[in-house]
Amino acid sequence: MLKDITLGQYFPIESPLHNMDPRTKILGLVFMLVAIFAANGVIGYLTVAAFTLLIVLLSKVPFKTYFKGLKPIWFIIIFTGVLNFFLTPGTKIYIGNFSTGATIEGVILAGKMALRLVLLIISSSALTYTTSPISLTDGIEKLLLPFSKMGLPAHELAMMMSIAIRFIPTLIEETEKISKAQQARGADFDSGNIIKRAKALVPMLVPLFISAFRRADELAVAMESRCYRGGNGRTRLNPIKFKKIDLTTAIIFTVFFAIVIALRFI
Amino acid sequence: MIKTEHLQYTYRTDKTPIEFVLDDVNIEIKTGEFVAVLGHNGCGKSTLAKHFNGLLLPTGGNVYVSGMDTKDEELYWNVRRSVGMVFQNPDNQLVATVVEEDVAFAPENLGIPSEEIRERVDSALKAVGMYEYRKHAPHRLSGGQKQRIAIAGAIAMRPQCIVLDEPTAMLDPQGRKEVINTIKKLKDEGMTVVLITHYMEEATKADRVIVMDKGNVVLDDVPRNVFKEVKLLKKIGLDVPQVTELLYNLKKAGLPVNYDVLTVEECADELAKILL
Ligand SMILES: Nc1ncnc2c1ncn2[C@@H]1O[C@H](COP(=O)(O)OP(=O)(O)OP(=O)(O)O)[C@@H](O)[C@H]1O
Ligand SMILES: [Mg+2]
Repeated sequence: MLKDITLGQYFPIESPLHNMDPRTKILGLVFMLVAIFAANGVIGYLTVAAFTLLIVLLSKVPFKTYFKGLKPIWFIIIFTGVLNFFLTPGTKIYIGNFSTGATIEGVILAGKMALRLVLLIISSSALTYTTSPISLTDGIEKLLLPFSKMGLPAHELAMMMSIAIRFIPTLIEETEKISKAQQARGADFDSGNIIKRAKALVPMLVPLFISAFRRADELAVAMESRCYRGGNGRTRLNPIKFKKIDLTTAIIFTVFFAIVIALRFI
Repeated sequence: MIKTEHLQYTYRTDKTPIEFVLDDVNIEIKTGEFVAVLGHNGCGKSTLAKHFNGLLLPTGGNVYVSGMDTKDEELYWNVRRSVGMVFQNPDNQLVATVVEEDVAFAPENLGIPSEEIRERVDSALKAVGMYEYRKHAPHRLSGGQKQRIAIAGAIAMRPQCIVLDEPTAMLDPQGRKEVINTIKKLKDEGMTVVLITHYMEEATKADRVIVMDKGNVVLDDVPRNVFKEVKLLKKIGLDVPQVTELLYNLKKAGLPVNYDVLTVEECADELAKILL
């Protein structure tokens, strides 16, 4: 079902990664992304891949789950891979006397791109699997806090984000329901040209928006009833704390990052 | 616990003559009492409920919560935290993606220290029998379970009173049973409960039933006396419990039965009397 693909992503188990401060993990991911794109040379790639594997192991989330997360990008990997095979200039690959049209450089480039994409997805999944949306937005709120002095509404942004995340499955379910109801009334979403199809979406979007507004209204009343009054004076069930494990992780990440960058220049 | 004095309310102050959604409502809900509120669609039940925690303020008259006037700005948050609210649609009142984080929402807003929030969340979840689900995602739970989470979210505020606005309207029979049993349990533990409902069977379990019509209270008595007024209830578009209805019709047909019964057992006894 559609609603299963969304942010049921958080994997509620105990692991060192689950225990970490979300800020550490968010900044760690930023470092990781830079490292993935900065890496070059076999050793560089191996280092990044090994480090990703370490993160996956520490998250205690089954490999299977990570593979499932990769599903949507296989197509992109294969598509860009094929393009790279044939469109990269370089030494052509021959099978016997027959030119395949692909180049050695193309194959290497495709491999690099695929590896990068896979590592990218895996390391971002490691963050969302091990961090509940609330602590994720808490982390973002805390990271943005220095900017709130400059007028950035850190708490409000974080609250909006967490509510949006909370309502994604609800609204997807609703979309399915409306779409079925309209189909039962003879609506046709999959034929005709683009304009016709766009028009067919109107009877779908109008009820969706109306219901979203009604939901927003009711949610606001419910939040008020539970004494919500903005970020001031709010405490947390699980306050985020920078612990020893975070310090250790930060040091390891810095060392790792330094190695990857250094490898690039030798 | 909650008292309204000549409470009047209108959503539109610009229109004349003013159409009052609530017109001169005088009720008093005592501490520890379980009160059911009945009434036809649009008679102002939800509007009344929103006065109980200061979400709406009276256009005329007063509402007192534990002696605090809801119009007093300084007591605003004290009123709000004294009365927990649960609404009809469970999906539209859950704010978090993990059960325990949702239940923690109110205490977090109140600025309660983390250790105490933990304790409140755990005891609230145990009170509604959802403790094992504390790490689950609410959108994967059944309607009845979601509604119990919403109740836990309200009682984590440690209110003296909890007001439920048609909490079972969107649930299947199983979910309805779960929610009603939870409510009864809270009542037995000393919580004041106001239950707005369309289900007469639910209202028979209350200590007192208030029947509203067009912004007025028309009946306010113990369930037995309220459901005796079959004619009046039908006139304002309400049903009576099935057992009452059955005996009422038998009485009308000329049989010597009393129709002031509320349970199936009482009804069976009445029927036995005329058959044996
Ligand atoms: N936000 C609003 N603005 C204007 N009028 C409103 C608003 N909310 C309710 N009303 C009107 O006030 C009257 C009472 O509404 P209320 O929701 O209190 O009824 P209710 O008894 O809860 O009905 P139901 O059984 O359908 O929940 C209705 O006529 C309704 O149209
Ligand atoms: Mg209502």
